[in-house]
Amino acid sequence: MPTPTPTPPTEDPPGAGTAATKDSPGGTASVAASAPSAPRATKASVSVMRSRPWIAFSFLLPAMLLLSALVVYPILYSVFRSTFDASGSSFIGLGNYVEVFTDDEILTAFKNNLIWVIVVPSVCTALGLIFAVLTERVRWGTAFKLIIFMPMAISMLAAGIIFRLVYEQDPQQGVANAVWVGVHDTFAESSAWPGARPRPNADLAKSGGGDFTTKSTASASGPANLALVGVPPKDAAGAAPAKTAQPKPGQVTGTVWLDFAPGGAGKPDVVDKKEKALAGIKVEAVKDGKVVGTAETGKDGTFSLPSKADGAKLRLPASNFAEPYNGIDWLGSTLVTPSIIGSYIWMWAGFAMVLIAAGLAGVPRELLEAARVDGANEWQVFRKITVPVLAPVLGVVVVTLMINVLKIFDLVYIIAPSASQSEANVLALQLYLSSFGAGSNQGIGSAIAVILLLLVLPVMVVNIRRLRRETRR
Amino acid sequence: MTAVSAAQPEPTTTADPSGPPPSGTKKTSVASRLVALTGHWAVRLGLVVIALIWLMPTVGLLSSSLRSPEDIGVSGWWSVFDFNSSFPWVIDAGQFTGENYNALLSNELVTGSLFTTLLITIPSTLTVVIIGALAGYAFAWLDFPGRDWFFLLVVGLLVVPVQVALIPVAKLFNTLGLFETTAGVVIFHTAFGLPFAVFLLRNFFAEIPRELLEAARLDGAGEVRLFTRVVMPLGGPAIASLGIFQFLWVWNDMLVALIFADSSSPPITVALQQQVRQFGNNIDVLAPGAFVSMIIPLIVFFAFQRQFVSGMMAGAVK
Repeated sequence: MPTPTPTPPTEDPPGAGTAATKDSPGGTASVAASAPSAPRATKASVSVMRSRPWIAFSFLLPAMLLLSALVVYPILYSVFRSTFDASGSSFIGLGNYVEVFTDDEILTAFKNNLIWVIVVPSVCTALGLIFAVLTERVRWGTAFKLIIFMPMAISMLAAGIIFRLVYEQDPQQGVANAVWVGVHDTFAESSAWPGARPRPNADLAKSGGGDFTTKSTASASGPANLALVGVPPKDAAGAAPAKTAQPKPGQVTGTVWLDFAPGGAGKPDVVDKKEKALAGIKVEAVKDGKVVGTAETGKDGTFSLPSKADGAKLRLPASNFAEPYNGIDWLGSTLVTPSIIGSYIWMWAGFAMVLIAAGLAGVPRELLEAARVDGANEWQVFRKITVPVLAPVLGVVVVTLMINVLKIFDLVYIIAPSASQSEANVLALQLYLSSFGAGSNQGIGSAIAVILLLLVLPVMVVNIRRLRRETRR
Repeated sequence: MTAVSAAQPEPTTTADPSGPPPSGTKKTSVASRLVALTGHWAVRLGLVVIALIWLMPTVGLLSSSLRSPEDIGVSGWWSVFDFNSSFPWVIDAGQFTGENYNALLSNELVTGSLFTTLLITIPSTLTVVIIGALAGYAFAWLDFPGRDWFFLLVVGLLVVPVQVALIPVAKLFNTLGLFETTAGVVIFHTAFGLPFAVFLLRNFFAEIPRELLEAARLDGAGEVRLFTRVVMPLGGPAIASLGIFQFLWVWNDMLVALIFADSSSPPITVALQQQVRQFGNNIDVLAPGAFVSMIIPLIVFFAFQRQFVSGMMAGAVK
């Protein structure tokens, strides 16, 4: 990286960051004044200790014993075990692997793991980057970061319970649906009388799409009586009594009411005393398939349409009778994986943010200042300077998240209800169920374990290579 | 980059201490300043909204845990905010009750599981720190054949998923009589904490100035003395980071405990997990339970953020 300033690119001393940037144009003197940090002692590649090897080995013994018995040996045993059948007695070669790649449930796990590995690292990194950049110049940025970072401390079990609560289906319980239903009902009116319908064989009849339309035509001379039933009496208990509409000159009038009197005293299609009005129902006048007028029933169930409605059929649109909207089935089979991924992002966006924020602190400020003075706008500065400098950090964040997500188990196990567990399946969950669940087959479980290990192998190789490069220097 | 370097002459002219204050050097139009100002406020508002969204799930859990089962059944946890009263909304504290927590903490199964969690977490943390430090010291300062190769092996093991070990170790523990015992869980967590521990501590110990060790050696200190009197005290920050990491990792673990812990006295995560199957009818148990299980990690996290973050940076790829 070529540095724009002739002075050595030393970092601002911690805490003095803001002070240093404020007088940055004149800051060259202060930069030169702060001495470059003393060169660190080179890694101890040659020991000063003339110790005997057995001493070193006794220091290493406990670690080596545990690592070889509980980490290295299991790897070898898993590879071996994966070539045997469920009972572990007969060798079946790659049979378990064939089954892993043909079994529908396990293929779902592969598909879901792929979704996880693509979505989580990219979304978390993007959010982390946005949060880190935005909080940089806000005074309470630390408090914000703490809030975003906090979920990192809690267990996946606790997070799972938290999000089971968030995703509860009942809008009275789950906040996700409460918000969603609230938004939905603001834009789509809720229906006035769900479940109301005309009597069978009445003049008013189903006309497709849940609408009800009269067979006869309305006229200005006499009021139209649109009788409905099917509303539970307790729902209509608070409604006003229905009234027969008065004919008005030049208007088509009528009543929509609940044609049911307690005790069965009323006559069908007649507005009897004690029968309740159905207020707030939309009435449309339809002539030759076109709506020529609309009205809404008042408190007493009456409505009046303009004279154009004379000779039109009256229609009560389906929206009057729709069941109340009950929100989204977040943990149903279609949305369960995205929902669980959402909870994981809630937990891990803070991780990306903190690492990226630390990387941002390392972006040379004089470089940014110089670019701004040169006329670059903030977006250009971000794209051309910040992101390239951050690239290694972003890489670490993405790779770490990929490895973590590959092993995802707890959240899926806790959040997915048993009905949609197979839709939310992931490899680690399948491994657990295959190995320790009902009808266990540890051959399959071992094969999945080996596949998981193969998937992280590239990262292992990169880690080792990077370390060897560093030690050789 | 070349375009950026071309900007050099401008800032150097203002290097004169008698020059105008730097804030005045940048001339901006009223319009662009207005845009910047509204942008600022939009950013702040956006951040507040995001923070509220991030807090909401946890607040929901806390609020639910403090409401009686009857209240939970009829209304959402947000009904504790009285939206009908004028702004600012007041919290209807009358809905809050400690009865869920009372019931939970008088349940011996729950208190027992918290005790089991401690019984697993504390030894696992100590063993990882001690065994990791011993090995880290050997890798950093002792001479033995194959040192670099062994260290590379440890680094390679950093990313091995725990899942790989579940079946083989279950079998191994069965033969050793460690299956479904607390000791087995501790051993498992220690082994899987070691690669990170050795990696972190070796790198930290390697930065200890050589002169310090040589001086101690000249004073006649042996390996054990060097380790306990010089290396361990100097390794404090790294050991703290490691300890906090391991503590949180083991406290929060469910998978290992699910398989290896004694099912008659499981740790808190497993005990709660058994309740999740009837989710919906037992929020009055699950919500306070989850909160109790979160308290200790949250305290540790807030008290030792710095160490937590530095540990995370040191071993991001775990």
